[in-house]
Amino acid sequence: MGLTPLEAQVGPPEQPEGTPGDPQAPRSARAIVWGRRRHALAYNWSLYRHNTQGMIGLVILSVFIALALLAPLIVDQAEITPADTTGVPLQAPSADYPYWLGTDNFGRPVLWLLIWGARISLTVGLVATVGTMVLGSIVGIAAGYFGGRIDTALNAFTNWFLVIPWLVLAIVLVAILGPSLGIIILVIALTSWAGTARLVRAQTLTVKERLYVERGKALGAGNWHLITRHILPNVFPVIFANTVLTVSLAILSETTLALLGLGDPNSVSWGTIIEEAFNSGALTAGYWWWLIPPGICIVLVTLSFTMCGYALDEILNPKLRER
Amino acid sequence: MTVLSLRDLRITYSTQGGPVPAVRGVNLEVGTGEVLGLAGESGCGKSTIAGAVLRLLPKSAKIEGEILLDGQDVLALKPGKLRALRWAGASIVFQGAMHSLNPVQRVGDQIAEAMIVHRQAQEKEARTRAGDLLQMVGLPARRIDDYPHELSGGQKQRVMIAMALACNPSLVIADEPTTALDVIVQAQVLRLMKSLQRDLGLSMVFITHDLSVLVEVSDRLAIMYAGKIIEEGPAEQVFHDPKHPYTEALSAAFPEIGDARFRHRPSGLGGDPPDPMNIPSGCPFHPRCPKAFDDCPTHEPALYEAGEGRRAACLLVEGVRAPATGGAG
Repeated sequence: MGLTPLEAQVGPPEQPEGTPGDPQAPRSARAIVWGRRRHALAYNWSLYRHNTQGMIGLVILSVFIALALLAPLIVDQAEITPADTTGVPLQAPSADYPYWLGTDNFGRPVLWLLIWGARISLTVGLVATVGTMVLGSIVGIAAGYFGGRIDTALNAFTNWFLVIPWLVLAIVLVAILGPSLGIIILVIALTSWAGTARLVRAQTLTVKERLYVERGKALGAGNWHLITRHILPNVFPVIFANTVLTVSLAILSETTLALLGLGDPNSVSWGTIIEEAFNSGALTAGYWWWLIPPGICIVLVTLSFTMCGYALDEILNPKLRER
Repeated sequence: MTVLSLRDLRITYSTQGGPVPAVRGVNLEVGTGEVLGLAGESGCGKSTIAGAVLRLLPKSAKIEGEILLDGQDVLALKPGKLRALRWAGASIVFQGAMHSLNPVQRVGDQIAEAMIVHRQAQEKEARTRAGDLLQMVGLPARRIDDYPHELSGGQKQRVMIAMALACNPSLVIADEPTTALDVIVQAQVLRLMKSLQRDLGLSMVFITHDLSVLVEVSDRLAIMYAGKIIEEGPAEQVFHDPKHPYTEALSAAFPEIGDARFRHRPSGLGGDPPDPMNIPSGCPFHPRCPKAFDDCPTHEPALYEAGEGRRAACLLVEGVRAPATGGAG
């Protein structure tokens, strides 16, 4: 889809056209590497811009991230503490500014709660996902690449985490360690890495047998070189696609824990909003403005992560690229 | 000068069904600037030898004997020394170039990889040299920024050849470099390898089951059967005047275009290659040999002198006609 004009516009003028030994002014090796990286980034961005799905996801996501980052500028955190709020409780949505989405049982505008909730939900989702990915990838690649006893041991460990019902484990861990934001992130990462490790191990096993890994070995490369240069880049698309699902899962996990009353009581997340609404009987009393907006936010963010993820996967994985 | 010498090389794979001898006592020498062609049917042990030279075989392979590369005993090297020797001492042009290239790395980076692993060059120098190497194999230097999927099969094989030359190895092992290429491209790649070999004075071991290819590129030929060398000598002579019935059958399998005899009676060799776990007694070739006689199932022939610079493992070779006393060589 319209790649030809793109490719023409890609090359920044200072980039030598891949001619080695260019007789121009001497450039250090580092400058060449950075030039090439800049070049690659510009090229990938130009591909991304033409991916409709990816752009829709990115726009939605940017709105939420902007709201999350700008939350302190939009409204002071003090204004959403139950004690300092001024609104009428359980007011239905109206056209006046902070009450577009009505108020909760303390009279706090739901709009402001959502904005502050975005901060917590996104943080939990992203940090827990990074933890999951790092842990899962290390265990998966180590098990798949080294094989033998290391594989057996790591596999047993992974299976153990796979068969334990995650919700029960999470409830126990949060109950013991206390419901703070850090602990919730840790618990989500600890309960969700096993699936990733499984997947990464499986992919590592197939990549390990490819001829270019043997060629790498014949080149005289060590394990570290083989893993970072040959295994990881080829396992990466799988890790990446999995990350997308995991961000969504992590946000949902946080919501689930919050709904069960295990959220951080000192911070407002979309999950805790739903929990409070639920506990206050919003469902039966018809306070839909309190219950539905956080749900929609969760759906939108989850969806936009998925859309961005697939678009990125398509671009970063040369095999999926349309030519 | 000898670049590679194999002395009584024996390689046995241990499998669940018991030990499988893949190579059973091979002696070979490759001199500087020489091209040795190694031919034989599938499963005769030729690729196992290639893997053994750089110790790339799986752990289940037990290697006995001696492999001397540039005078170094490869089998005695410690892991660090071994890694230093790989690619710098001997490099391999793998069969199936399409799978030997990492799909997510630019080909230039992959050619440079060997130089960087061996600290022979910094990023920039390596990149320059990768471009030079590509030109050497007949591709434009700007192709270093291409991904493997942007190249054709023949171009990928050229990249593999450039890669094999990256560290100026003493020996290049070409393990069926032309399989999976169409005949025209095959010819181009062969011509390229031959001219590079001549220009750079490379020492090479050229492995294939295609005898006609070998005659074109090799100085000397070694024919393998059931894990042993059964005939060895100057390439032209071995092909046109084979001493061993197996070699005879192999070379007769290539029709000469225009020769009526081949049109009316295409020739081949019946039977199957022997099961390495169950190698026939005496001469391993005797069940398929059209010239077998009484002594063949009981006497295993050694490699007998069969003319100047030629050896063949057949009881029929002149001067050693039965009853031979040569036991297992």
